[in-house]
Amino acid sequence: MLEIIVRIALLCCSLSMLGLIYRVIKGPSTADRVIALDSIGVNLVAITALFSIVHKSTAFLDIILLIGILAFIGTVAFAKYLERGEIIENEPNR
Amino acid sequence: MSYLLLAIVSPLLLAIFIPFFHKWFGRVHTGWFVLPLPILLFAYFLSYLPETMSQKRVMETFEWIPSLGMNFTAKVDGLGLLFALLITGIGALVILYSIYYLAKDKEKLNTFYVYLLLFMGAMLGVVLSDNLIVMYAFWELTSFSSFLLIGYWYERERSRYGAQKSMLITVFGGLAMLGGIILLYVMTGTFSMTEIIGTSDEIFNHPLFVPALVCILLGAFTKSAQFPFYIWLPDAMEAPTPVSAYLHSATMVKAGIYLVARFTPVFGESSVWFWLVGGVGLLTLIWGSMFAVKQTDLKAILAFSTVSQLGLIMSLLGVGAAALHFEALDDNIYTVAVTAAIFHLINHATFKGSLFMAAGIVDHETGTRDIRKLGGLMQFMPITFTISAIGAFSMAGLPPFNGFLSKEMFFTAMVQVREMNIFNLETWGILFPVLAWVASIFTFVYSMILVFKTFTGKYQPEKLDQKPHEAPVGMLISPVILAALVVIFGLFPNLLSGTLISPAMSAVLPDLLGAGEEFDVHISFWHGPNIELFMTIGVILLGFFLFKTYPKWGKIYGKLPQKLSLNRFYDGLIEKAQTGSNRLTNSYMTGSIRSYLVYIFTFFIFILSAALIRENAFKLDTSNVSSIGIYEMVLVLFIVVGSISILFVKSRMTSIILLGSVGYTVSLFYVLFRAPDLALTQLVIETISVALFLVCFYHLPKYRKLETRMRFRLTNALISIGVGAIVTIIALSAHSNKLFDSISQYYVENTYVEAAGKNMVNVILVDFRGFDTLFEITVLAIASLGIYGMIRLKSDRGKQG
Repeated sequence: MLEIIVRIALLCCSLSMLGLIYRVIKGPSTADRVIALDSIGVNLVAITALFSIVHKSTAFLDIILLIGILAFIGTVAFAKYLERGEIIENEPNR
Repeated sequence: MSYLLLAIVSPLLLAIFIPFFHKWFGRVHTGWFVLPLPILLFAYFLSYLPETMSQKRVMETFEWIPSLGMNFTAKVDGLGLLFALLITGIGALVILYSIYYLAKDKEKLNTFYVYLLLFMGAMLGVVLSDNLIVMYAFWELTSFSSFLLIGYWYERERSRYGAQKSMLITVFGGLAMLGGIILLYVMTGTFSMTEIIGTSDEIFNHPLFVPALVCILLGAFTKSAQFPFYIWLPDAMEAPTPVSAYLHSATMVKAGIYLVARFTPVFGESSVWFWLVGGVGLLTLIWGSMFAVKQTDLKAILAFSTVSQLGLIMSLLGVGAAALHFEALDDNIYTVAVTAAIFHLINHATFKGSLFMAAGIVDHETGTRDIRKLGGLMQFMPITFTISAIGAFSMAGLPPFNGFLSKEMFFTAMVQVREMNIFNLETWGILFPVLAWVASIFTFVYSMILVFKTFTGKYQPEKLDQKPHEAPVGMLISPVILAALVVIFGLFPNLLSGTLISPAMSAVLPDLLGAGEEFDVHISFWHGPNIELFMTIGVILLGFFLFKTYPKWGKIYGKLPQKLSLNRFYDGLIEKAQTGSNRLTNSYMTGSIRSYLVYIFTFFIFILSAALIRENAFKLDTSNVSSIGIYEMVLVLFIVVGSISILFVKSRMTSIILLGSVGYTVSLFYVLFRAPDLALTQLVIETISVALFLVCFYHLPKYRKLETRMRFRLTNALISIGVGAIVTIIALSAHSNKLFDSISQYYVENTYVEAAGKNMVNVILVDFRGFDTLFEITVLAIASLGIYGMIRLKSDRGKQG
């Protein structure tokens, strides 16, 4: 029973992944792509978690945390880049 | 090290001290310090005469590289001794002459005598070495020292040109000779000349026989200025005259003659040898004599005459080798060619040396060597005139000088060629005496031009830089000695026959002698009214007529097309080689990374597919392939879609993002294939590199930020598809050809037991195979330092500028 549900869930994640990738390619604006990437990150979290169930393993839980952090940092960096044109700003007195 | 070996290298040893002598005893002409050595050596080598006359030979060995069969073995036999005496004897005379010829305060005497001694030692090494590799080493040393001597006045452009030309040609021949020596080693398994001669019957039918023969002959022909390699010799006349007299008439150019004579017992029986040596010699003889007539420079006449006379000796050696076909010595009349060759070798060294020295005196005392400016010098320089006349008449083959005798014997040998019933000589043999006769006529003409245009006729003081007068006594000693030898050998030729010629002949034709026998060489001055005598009379009559009418027919030379000359060909070859290689290099070294990548990948595809096809290695075996699940297929779909769309997107930003998503999908693969550590690292690294890409993207210059799609290029497409296909095929074949089981079972069993860890990947990284990790850390350190350096250095430069 669990196995079937996991499979259905994975399928759904894949479908949404496809849609997100379509959005990444298509755009039209950079912000759309960044949002799509962020969602891909979340999707990856879901997929990794589902795989952990499939593999019956706890070795992948670190990855879930890492994806969460990276997706957050990446999106923040992108957002800052889009707004300021720079990610790490120089100190004003230099 | 025995005295003999020490004698051979003694010039090289003395050369070390010459600069000190020059520096410490600057008031004495450095040549005086050099002079005793060749005299001593000459006397020392004379002491070997009794041994060689009794057909013995002396061998001394100094072990150099015994494991490779390369030992410094000196062998003194008739041929080697003859050359050693020539080298040291004429060397002494030339050094004496050079003491008076080269001014003490104007010339760089230290370098001159160092080069000359290097040459002398090298030449002695060539003629007295029994080991072929050692002989080759000395051979190259003669080429180098000759190069240095020709370029002695290096500030002159012509000197540098002549030096380079002689270097290129003789070193080309020297390398060919090295090839021949190696082929001989392959055939016989030894570098020793004596042993090679002992096995000459075996190598005669060896498939490498002809290549070895041709290679050795290339060396001999380039060194001895045979057709078509003679062209360096006239240009080598830019050297100081003592050098021309020593190297380019008496010794170095005879190294090739020596080589041919030395190898006659090995190769002589083949018809290839006969036709190459004899034919090329004869061609050189007539070619050189015809061109000598045309020259207006004294030394150029002498250079071409040297070429022609060397051709004469070479053709005699070629014809003489045919004597090896007839086993018995009795009534083997063909050995006379070898006798003539050796006799003329000595004669040529004497008269050509004296002629060069006389030409040097004329140059020294009048300031020019151009025969159009010279004339009527007989009254000013009677002694020089006498020397020149003796030398030139001997060269022309007039009695009572030694040239007459050797020319008679030359005709004898050439006439006898017709009687040989081998090598198709019945039909073509007639060419030999005819060509020889015609060449002798030309020889007569240029010899007469040489003497009479210089010393008789109208005196033209207005064309001369200085008032001519007789040379100092010291300068005249050497040519007078040589000219006296010309006369003495002419009148008493049998002085030489028993002492030098007969032992040398037994070295050239060893098989013909039985035990205790020796060649009975008897040179008679008058041998009755035979065909040779009439040929000589014909030469004199026709030559005299041609000399008188030279102004009328000499113009023909002007009509000969310049383009056909071999110098033009050589210069064109050098020019073509330079422009050609330049063009070739420019054609593929475009400076564009794209084309280099095209070469690399094309080569990659070509070599791998060729290897696959050659070894028939493609194999597809699916027996141990696991089944493909739905997840893998989906992930593959993602990666394929992501990668392919990178190629087609317009914006760079999009391609960076797509690349990132491909990277993330790869990390999903790691998850799927149960590699959590890899997935972790992959995610972090992918994020960082995408960020770095974005930094790069951001800093692109504004005007280059053209957002265009990648252009389609057929070559690129074909190459990338090809690379992908070949790698896939190789991966499939490699998987299907698995020969051994994996060794991973060991790690599975021992990770906890031996290394006290449960994470196997990490235990491998830091414990089982920690060395790799260490150096990966180093790589990262280097990369980060490099980046830091690049950024800092650039910003510092920005501050300065």
